[in-house]
Amino acid sequence: MDKRIVFLGGGTGGTLGANRLRRLWPVEDVEIVVVDRNDDHVYQPGLLFVPFGLAHTEEIVRPRHHQLHQGIEFRQVPVERVDIATDTVHLEDGTALGYDVLVVASGSILVEEETEGLTGPGWMEKVFTFYDIAGAAALHDALDAFDGGRMVVNVVDMPIKCPVAPLEFCFLADWYFQQRGIRDKVELTYVTPLDGAFTKPVASKRLAGLMEEKGVALVTEFNTGQVDGSGGRLVAYDGRQVDFDLAVVVPLHGGASYVARSPGLGDELGFVPVDEHTLQSVSSPNIFAIGDAAGVPTSKAGSVTHFEGEVLVENVRRFLADEPLDASYDGHANCFIETGFGKALLIDFNYDTEPLPGHYPTSVGLPLLKESRLNHLGKLMFQTLYWHSLLPGRDLPGVGSAMPARGKQTESAR
Amino acid sequence: MPTATYAGKAVTVNDEGFFEDPSQWTEAMAPEIARAEGIEELTEPQWQVIKFMRAEYAEKGTGPTVRVLGKTSGVSVKELYQLFPKGPAKVAAKIAGIPKPRGCI
Repeated sequence: MDKRIVFLGGGTGGTLGANRLRRLWPVEDVEIVVVDRNDDHVYQPGLLFVPFGLAHTEEIVRPRHHQLHQGIEFRQVPVERVDIATDTVHLEDGTALGYDVLVVASGSILVEEETEGLTGPGWMEKVFTFYDIAGAAALHDALDAFDGGRMVVNVVDMPIKCPVAPLEFCFLADWYFQQRGIRDKVELTYVTPLDGAFTKPVASKRLAGLMEEKGVALVTEFNTGQVDGSGGRLVAYDGRQVDFDLAVVVPLHGGASYVARSPGLGDELGFVPVDEHTLQSVSSPNIFAIGDAAGVPTSKAGSVTHFEGEVLVENVRRFLADEPLDASYDGHANCFIETGFGKALLIDFNYDTEPLPGHYPTSVGLPLLKESRLNHLGKLMFQTLYWHSLLPGRDLPGVGSAMPARGKQTESAR
Repeated sequence: MPTATYAGKAVTVNDEGFFEDPSQWTEAMAPEIARAEGIEELTEPQWQVIKFMRAEYAEKGTGPTVRVLGKTSGVSVKELYQLFPKGPAKVAAKIAGIPKPRGCI
């Protein structure tokens, strides 16, 4: 066998996928190349903590190439486009890279410019995002200097990475302003395009309850058409307005820009349509996608990428061996939701089962949909597991790819 | 499962009034559904969006979100809100007899 597997993107999916695949064949049989435009691997869950001084940017970034096992080639160069007809990746340095299997793992990018006014006057002064390193660091300084007023947290539209992060931001802001003794001077409002606090009914109700307990006002079905930084207001397409002194905005997301330059590869937003159970591209059998880059109906989250990893690796192997693919990815997602004061909730769900109360992974595990100190410790501990177990492609004890049903309380049991 | 009657025919809808089975829909039902959504008479541009929604659903199995509509229908998001002030994707999907767009996960 003399094959080449190319990963576009050296983040969570590209790294764990390449590392797991590397074990399957000797280097002389299968070449594995990971391409990325930069060498900064960001532990993205850490971005949430930066504005509150609970993490520093340098702690959450490591070199991408250090996370890749021996025998994997790392190329730091932007992708110009993919020609799916000739199985070729064209790179911006003018070189071409042929592939037998292509894995699109280039995540999602923020497209701030798609929202009128967002990057206009006031951007990075009173309008921020914590969804990238520069924004999270700048927001830290702005929060430090904030002595009171109206703070809004706004999601422009779905899909976004980690749909619970904006809620966590609200909960942590409540905690942060209490610590500083100025909570009574701060009006906190969460402004969402959804019809509730979250996308799934049981969790949405529970999270809306928590918002109320913490004094966070909820504005729903608000489709942000314009961010007016100098006037300090969000304007919805239907004419509604929300005033602010400080806005934390989660911008629109899209797939990596080269996807749009690659006819047949992606959808209107630049995500790659794949079979939701096998992760194989609907347009080309030798293309797969993992993580945020994949257009599948589940959250864009690291846990999803992690759980997809097993199916992806197995299917790349099967494709090269000419075997039928494994259609076992079930949409499993698992998210710790930081609620402040050293506590967190945990939610666990898949394509068919919404987040339910109970325990994870079994009836004696971590409490689900309920605040606990244990979940907070779990969230903190995860950062170490991420670098040392998840990225190298080790199995996490007790954490399987498929969603565990035992431990969950279904409607009848509640 | 609740039912609704449009153009003299009973159809299955969900709790929010979205069609469960898009094949039960006929063009004759659209004006009636629209009136229930506060649109007295469907204009040509509104019809254009409704037909686009149905075509997208037939091809992809899910209706487009507002953002995707703005990129693909030839009508900008701003104009879409002028046509369907209560939310283009949801209202147009309901009038077009397709399930609620599942873009929001």
